[in-house]
Amino acid sequence: MSSLFTLSILQSALELGCIYSLVALALFLSFSILNIADLSTDGCFTLGCAVGAMVTLSGHPYLALIAAVGAGICSGFITAFLQTRMGVPSILAGIIVNTGLYTINIAVMGFSSNVNLFACDTVFSLAKDKLPFSWYESWYKLLIVLAVVLAIGVFLAWFLNTRLGLSIRATGDNEHMVRASSINPLFMITVGLCLANALTALSGAILGQYQKSCDINLGTGMVTIALASLIIGESLVGKGSILKKVAGVVLGSCLYRIIVALALRMNVPAEALKLVSAIIVAVAISFPYLKEKYTFFRKRQNNRALFRKEDGTHVSH
Amino acid sequence: MLVIESVSKTFHPGTVNEKRALDQINLTLADGDFAVIVGSNGAGKSTLFNAITGGFFVDEGRIILGGEDITYSKEHVRSKVIGHLFQDPLKGTAPHMTIEENMALAYLRASTSRHAYFSRISTSEKRKFREQLSLLDMGLEDRMKQPVGLLSGGQRQALTLLMATMVTPRILLLDEHTAALDPATADKVLSLTEKMIAERHITCLMITHNMHQALTLGNQTIMMDSGRIVFHAAGNERNNLTIDNLLSQFRLRAGKQLNDDKILLSK
Repeated sequence: MSSLFTLSILQSALELGCIYSLVALALFLSFSILNIADLSTDGCFTLGCAVGAMVTLSGHPYLALIAAVGAGICSGFITAFLQTRMGVPSILAGIIVNTGLYTINIAVMGFSSNVNLFACDTVFSLAKDKLPFSWYESWYKLLIVLAVVLAIGVFLAWFLNTRLGLSIRATGDNEHMVRASSINPLFMITVGLCLANALTALSGAILGQYQKSCDINLGTGMVTIALASLIIGESLVGKGSILKKVAGVVLGSCLYRIIVALALRMNVPAEALKLVSAIIVAVAISFPYLKEKYTFFRKRQNNRALFRKEDGTHVSH
Repeated sequence: MLVIESVSKTFHPGTVNEKRALDQINLTLADGDFAVIVGSNGAGKSTLFNAITGGFFVDEGRIILGGEDITYSKEHVRSKVIGHLFQDPLKGTAPHMTIEENMALAYLRASTSRHAYFSRISTSEKRKFREQLSLLDMGLEDRMKQPVGLLSGGQRQALTLLMATMVTPRILLLDEHTAALDPATADKVLSLTEKMIAERHITCLMITHNMHQALTLGNQTIMMDSGRIVFHAAGNERNNLTIDNLLSQFRLRAGKQLNDDKILLSK
């Protein structure tokens, strides 16, 4: 096992797990809490990376993260605006924004399909220079992304228990109740989607600085991968407080990256991974349905067997 | 005070499904009035409630609540001063949130400032919620951290009632709110409702299929048919009514027999 799975592989899997966990947290907000499938996730992730990369390139790696968050909020606002004020169905709103973002992203990167950041400072290189402990040397990237995820996780757990957070949760939980109380569901959906897309874009910006490059196709399939992480996380933790659920989502994302790293070590081609994520999501989401079907099937079998034994009646299918 | 003036609503106009759901409704309720509405299915009772809560905008007429014209105000704006209970006990509460969180949401109506957005449920509020829950006498005060989805229908309906009246509404709308409960629980929820309305002097409109309730609860009885109010009794006129009187009044005013099994069976 040690030859298959070294410490450095575990370390980079955890680093990526933490970075991508922000997207999983974004889907936790939009998909699990608000009950909206936000399909603009792919484009928004690339948007965050592109905006972040361009600002980093101009020498402001910290400002890059803030700019990416701002861009994410704008993208989320447009998706929310289309579905709350323009009567566009929510799935379609996400697809429309996602398509539009492709052009925006190319434009942000100066009409080129990729940008590299090898020559400039990133939050990682700056942090490395500032605190040169010997033990810190090899772990600094993980420490930085852990700190970011911890801060975001605590913020989310706090936010979802404020009155605004409670209102957002109620909006996804019981539409009738929300309409009968004084909560404006349209405003709550807007706030929720802005926050979710801010997290997605932040994740993209951090990944860009982490791998020192940005590519137009970076976000492809991101929504499926994040959903896989989210589902793994939710099945790990189950029911519980918001903080527990948030921790579960981060854990799920890390676990997903470890699975990917293992698969890569076993010479599974990298191109196959998207298919693997798709299968994980399809199986995980259909599992409760199939379980119910199976229970019914067993019941029917037993019931028929019972009557056949009693009076030999032939049952039509 | 609730004033409804010549309110009409037609659904699907110009199609084969066209239905005049409300037809020139006029109704005035003074503060503290408690009117019970009966009528067969499709008479427009729930539609009238939805017109008041803003589920749709009416075609004609206007609705004035507490001196304020709310005919075109948005649903979430006017729901600040309207309490609404549905027949389905699942509709009034958020199942995946705790009892405490549900109550905090209902209590949001009390806060007028936007700063309250980022505040959390305070200890004094928790104490207050606990006291109110103990009034229900259902042991819910010890289950405040549990998700509402674990409660029974009756418990959820009692909680919804508590939430709807936490901030005294200008009007409380009860849409057959005990019809889906078992008889014992229904009685309990109903007596809680009566107690709250009497104590707080709440103006109330209640829909029922139970003729006995229509005559004994509150101080007014209203009968609806085909989107119209066909009979409205209050005071002495109402005190002298019997169920048979009421049915013959319906026959007289609506020009047909009241043929709703649910109502006739409840005789």
